Amino acid sequence: MKKLLLILCALVPLFATAAGPSMQLDKANNDLSDKESLKNGFKTYVNYCLGCHQLGYQRYNRTFTDLGIDNADGVENYMYTGEKVGDHITNTMPKKEAASWFGTAPPDLTLEARLRSPDWIYTYLRSFYMDDSRPFGVNNKVFKDVGMPHVLQDLQGVSSLDEHGHMTPAMGGSLTTEEYDVVVRDLTNFLEYVGEPSKLERKSLGYKVLIFLFVFFIIAYFLKREYWKDIH
Amino acid sequence: MLANFMAWIDKRLPVTDAWNKHVAQYPAPKNFNFWYFFGSLAMLVLVNQILTGVWLTMSYEPSGDGAFASVEYIMRDVDYGWLLRYMHSTGASAFFVVVYLHMMRGLMYGSYQKPRELLWIFGMLIFLVLMAEAFMGYLLPWGNMSYWGAQVIISLFGAIPVIGDDLTLWIRGDYVISGATLNRFFALHVIAMPLVLVILVFLHILALHEVGSNNPEGTDVKQPKGSVKPEELSKFKFHKQYTDKYDIVDAIPFHPYYSVKDIMGVAGFLILFCWVMFFAPEGGGYFIEAPNFEPANGLKTPEHIAPVWYFGPFYTILRVVPDKLLGAIAMFGAIIVLFLLPWFDRGVVKSVKYRSKWHLFNLIQFAICFIILGVLGTLPATPVANLIGTIASFGYFGFFVALWFYSKNEKCKPVPTRISH
Amino acid sequence: MSNVPVNNGRRRFLTAATAVVGGAGVVGVAVPFIGSWNPSARAKAAGAPVEVNVGKIEPGQLIRAEWRGKPVYVVRRTEETVNSLAKHDDKLRDPNSEEAQQPDYATNAYRSIKPEFLVALGVCTHLGCAPTYHGGDYEQFVDGVKDGFFCPCHGSKFDMAGRVFQGVPAPLNLMVPEHSFTNDNTLLIGVSEGEA
Repeated sequence: MKKLLLILCALVPLFATAAGPSMQLDKANNDLSDKESLKNGFKTYVNYCLGCHQLGYQRYNRTFTDLGIDNADGVENYMYTGEKVGDHITNTMPKKEAASWFGTAPPDLTLEARLRSPDWIYTYLRSFYMDDSRPFGVNNKVFKDVGMPHVLQDLQGVSSLDEHGHMTPAMGGSLTTEEYDVVVRDLTNFLEYVGEPSKLERKSLGYKVLIFLFVFFIIAYFLKREYWKDIH
Repeated sequence: MLANFMAWIDKRLPVTDAWNKHVAQYPAPKNFNFWYFFGSLAMLVLVNQILTGVWLTMSYEPSGDGAFASVEYIMRDVDYGWLLRYMHSTGASAFFVVVYLHMMRGLMYGSYQKPRELLWIFGMLIFLVLMAEAFMGYLLPWGNMSYWGAQVIISLFGAIPVIGDDLTLWIRGDYVISGATLNRFFALHVIAMPLVLVILVFLHILALHEVGSNNPEGTDVKQPKGSVKPEELSKFKFHKQYTDKYDIVDAIPFHPYYSVKDIMGVAGFLILFCWVMFFAPEGGGYFIEAPNFEPANGLKTPEHIAPVWYFGPFYTILRVVPDKLLGAIAMFGAIIVLFLLPWFDRGVVKSVKYRSKWHLFNLIQFAICFIILGVLGTLPATPVANLIGTIASFGYFGFFVALWFYSKNEKCKPVPTRISH
Repeated sequence: MSNVPVNNGRRRFLTAATAVVGGAGVVGVAVPFIGSWNPSARAKAAGAPVEVNVGKIEPGQLIRAEWRGKPVYVVRRTEETVNSLAKHDDKLRDPNSEEAQQPDYATNAYRSIKPEFLVALGVCTHLGCAPTYHGGDYEQFVDGVKDGFFCPCHGSKFDMAGRVFQGVPAPLNLMVPEHSFTNDNTLLIGVSEGEA
């Protein structure tokens, strides 16, 4: 038993050291159960992101159902290009030409939150700064020399770097810093949802299964003890 | 009615006799401890993998164009698809957890020693096939880590002199890893390997029941016929295959005693398993690695290619050797020495409880080195990591070499002939 | 001695409890395996209701729509055709649509929601061939009936309400799928009025 504990202790760092990114990321603190936030994020997504970035594995009607959006309302307010509600959330951007516009074709973002983490998305969208050497005049602290323009510039405005490499407050946007953070948090929340739409269901089922197994374990323990009275 | 039916069957196939021989009247030592849960747990995980695997195959599409999307199809569009997929992906890691612990049990109590050499070899073959099975399965989601992991491992075969390059080409069936590679891995993963695995497990259990189970004391519950006083014989009825040849002491029938104990073990294991599966199915990035959430891309290498954690120890041994061919030899050697363990150990005392301090120390250092190698396998190769990895590799192989030397004339404590309470 | 130990009450109870709870667990595990065989979201999306613009169909014209992989015939019947439907009941196998081959709201003389529009699966109820539409030249098949459907495979005959004639191999009237009109010109095949 002592050796077992020893081994278990040695295993702990194995699981504690997640493959962390090199830059310090801000916490998104998003809440998957907040449907209003998810709807806002969805809205921001279709207005600002979908033109270039598909959610090619996710369907409109699944998203409507999970976010509590009525089908008719969804068609009216979230679908602009005449798809059917059962279709995937796609755009019509030609991939080859897009690659020549941006250096690389804008990736599908269905799984972005699982690939890079919600905190990364949250930080990334708040880390654009002016850089005249780049084709779109902006660069990013988190994703150096990213090929993407600052799409939310209307909202945030734009920052620049001071001589220490710190970001200055963004100027010229229609939102305050706090308001912009909320927009980005909602968008991040939506992308985390899209990354794994069954996540909430997974956890709620998990609690039920664990309670069941716990009860089963207790019964099995007493059964074992009862039988083993023969031996001790 | 049922009795008549069973009599009818038994005349044609000895089902009742087999049940008695292997379950209800199988003499199992009465002192199995915690470490003896992992055999039955490995069986449970095997069943889980086969069932969920069959079901995943129903919706999975084995092609370069469709594989990645079909996994997301399973995760989103198929009812409960996400659950079946997580049961399978978490099950893969759980398989190695229980198998490594099962093997550690064998090391601790000398379960590989005479007369259980063949039993051990069947076990090692299971381990080998399991690694091949896991490796091929990991390519199937066709994520970027799937792709590059396979790339790295397949190119290992390129280290073989003369035929290496042609061999890697033949394994891939293409100049790069492609749909052709995916399809053959799929065929092997879902049909060939599981079939071999099930046969090997069957042989493993047959061999076990032929020689009988070892136990934490390393004593034998089968004593020469007539050597035991009648009042000391086990009070239970065992199958005549065992009692005709031996006097059985300190044993209990597997069923019901160990079957109820294993049910309890299964429940305990499932609590841990479900806890991970429902609340951390990526296993902190170790069970499903983050780069696997983007499709395979032959032009974009992930920043840090790490094999799945269970290959870590062997991958580190490969990596710390500065020569490609020697590295590959060292890695395969690390598995071969395990096969030869019954002959490295020249001692007669089985359990670590009654062996020398040297053996206890050697065993502990081996376990620590193995874990260190495993951790390093998932981390980037830095000079410090390589140094630690080299030391741990020496520790790994040193276990076998040292064992061969000291086991010949080892000073052991006297082994009791009977299992006390 | 036997290996089945003393069967005291406590032992029997615990064994039964383990069996019942364990059995419930096995049933629970079976749920995802069974559930995963239901039509997936992809299949449901592909089988979703189909919209058809019926505004441009000429009187007497048939158009084909595809719904769940099957052809659906939509015909704008002329007033003359509608009026003639009641005149050959004696030649039909099921003139009053008593067999459940149509939703309740189409169990009427026209087998449709609006008298002018016939909506029926173009799948012969004999062996599944597609009957052909004969507008105006049907008297070669049935005396005194001007329009109808004729199945080229085994010669089954249907009138302009999809009702099967007597003396042909097909046993039942053509199937009328669930359908509804979202407005005067838009037909929705696959969903009844008032449903999702």
